[in-house]
Amino acid sequence: MPYGTLYGMTYTIEARGLVKRYGDRAALDGFDLTVPEGTVHGLLGPNGAGKTTAVRVLTTLLRPDEGLARVAGFDVTRDGAEVRRHIGLVGQHAALDEALSGRANLEMFGRLSHLRPKAAARRAGELLDRFGLGDTGRKAVKHYSGGMRRRLDLAAGLILSPPVMFLDEPTTGLDPRGRAEVWAAVRALVADGTTVLLTTQYLEEADQLAHRISVVNEGRQVAEGTPEELKKTVGGDRVEIVVHDPADLPAAAALLGPDAETDPDTRRVSAPAPDRMATLTAVVNDLAAGGIAADDVAIRRPTLDEVFLHLTRSAA
Amino acid sequence: MNRLTWAFADGWTVTRREVTHWTANPGGLVAGLLFPVMVLLLFAYLLGGGIEVPGGDYREFLMPGMFAMTMVFGLEGTFTAISTDVTKGVTDRFRSLPMASSAVVSGRAAADLLTTVLSLAVLIVSGLAIGWRAHNGFGDALAAVGLLLWLRFALLWTGIWLGLKIRNPEAVMALQILVWPIAFLSNAITSPATMPGWLGVIADWNPLSSTAAATRELFGNPGWANDTWAAAHALELALVWPLVITAIFAPLSVRAYRNLSR
Repeated sequence: MPYGTLYGMTYTIEARGLVKRYGDRAALDGFDLTVPEGTVHGLLGPNGAGKTTAVRVLTTLLRPDEGLARVAGFDVTRDGAEVRRHIGLVGQHAALDEALSGRANLEMFGRLSHLRPKAAARRAGELLDRFGLGDTGRKAVKHYSGGMRRRLDLAAGLILSPPVMFLDEPTTGLDPRGRAEVWAAVRALVADGTTVLLTTQYLEEADQLAHRISVVNEGRQVAEGTPEELKKTVGGDRVEIVVHDPADLPAAAALLGPDAETDPDTRRVSAPAPDRMATLTAVVNDLAAGGIAADDVAIRRPTLDEVFLHLTRSAA
Repeated sequence: MNRLTWAFADGWTVTRREVTHWTANPGGLVAGLLFPVMVLLLFAYLLGGGIEVPGGDYREFLMPGMFAMTMVFGLEGTFTAISTDVTKGVTDRFRSLPMASSAVVSGRAAADLLTTVLSLAVLIVSGLAIGWRAHNGFGDALAAVGLLLWLRFALLWTGIWLGLKIRNPEAVMALQILVWPIAFLSNAITSPATMPGWLGVIADWNPLSSTAAATRELFGNPGWANDTWAAAHALELALVWPLVITAIFAPLSVRAYRNLSR
């Protein structure tokens, strides 16, 4: 099997059996990953799961003890310089020169990416405009808000329009507004066809942005799939009724059959809904026929939080 | 462009970053340049009145000591800049770019030498203003400046190594304080002969003392007669000490930088 392809598919990021040990603790312990071109892949896991170590190995900042990894077709240990020409990295800290303006930062990183002075200046202007920082002028980065810093950090990772972007917890520590700004920027990247590897502790973020997700725990991938597929692994959809009068709870539970679960505190009854819409229609009709007043009737899908807790608990 | 020209171009970009800091924050630059002048004035006018130098004026004696001391104080700037970049992730960003990896160090070295030249210039002008003179002509004065920069160059590697090794802010603070006794335990402001025996020996062998004593000779400034071997061979030691420091800390720095990927 030629490296870089598996079952006829070409992967932009590929890792096989990565191991990275610190003393007797393995930060990566047989880590595998495949990311097809042009997709957003989320690495989801608790603190210390090995997400950042994986990103540092894939971006050539860290040498693995064992295993192989290729990014954009280049081996990260043997062709580090080529890998660096094809990637952009946005790490956990906004890696910027605080004393310089946003423009000066981008021009410096542009020059160090071997753009000519004029091209570096032009690129800095383009990126500032694109990330809504065009009017920051000579203001030093230390006076920027958290969201502005993050956007500038993203811009710095994009100077060479790299085909592969690594974002390590890009919204950690941001307020909801800053987070929305970063999400919008990531979506714009994907629209341009960039392959993105994103690590996050926020399930909502992975759900919002990623095509596929790897759940990482204790240095290895414990589950992989689309958000929908992962949610299905915890169990299917459920129909949920919130009754108006708590006295109606037993009657509502009877409607849903033997698998119904009742939660008196929230006046809620729920049961598996294998047929989704058909189940929902039947439940609504039965409620009307039985004269039970409901505040809400809905089909609910398990959240990624439930998936996450389920997977990281079972792996531990 | 080939690899070597890129290495120079990248190093220059990193150096220019420091110059941009000056224009972005001129107050910081001025404060940094005036600090040694303040120390100079403290010793020249507040303490110096009580110190007698045989065959000369205390200020004439003091200036070469101040020059050498400023070289040692520069160490602090180097390691603070390096450790800030490492902890802020700027070093990682540099390392993820297709730039020459040597530029991170060469750019810092050039920037710090540039700052040192500026700092020396300010101090020389201040010295001239308070009556200090170089008596042996331009050539010897230039050689003295060369010796001072040679010491600073050696300490660059110490600063880079410390900056790569020491990450937590408390340790950085402790080091900033430790620079003081190291600088004062020398012949920069007074004769080691006046110190308790063993302290005097350490002060005599302090690389700073050798550079200070050698530049005193070259500038034709007075010093205490001191019959120790180290004092008698100040010029040789002023050449050898920085060489030894560089030979130790340059490889250590390279190794510490490589170990960032471990």
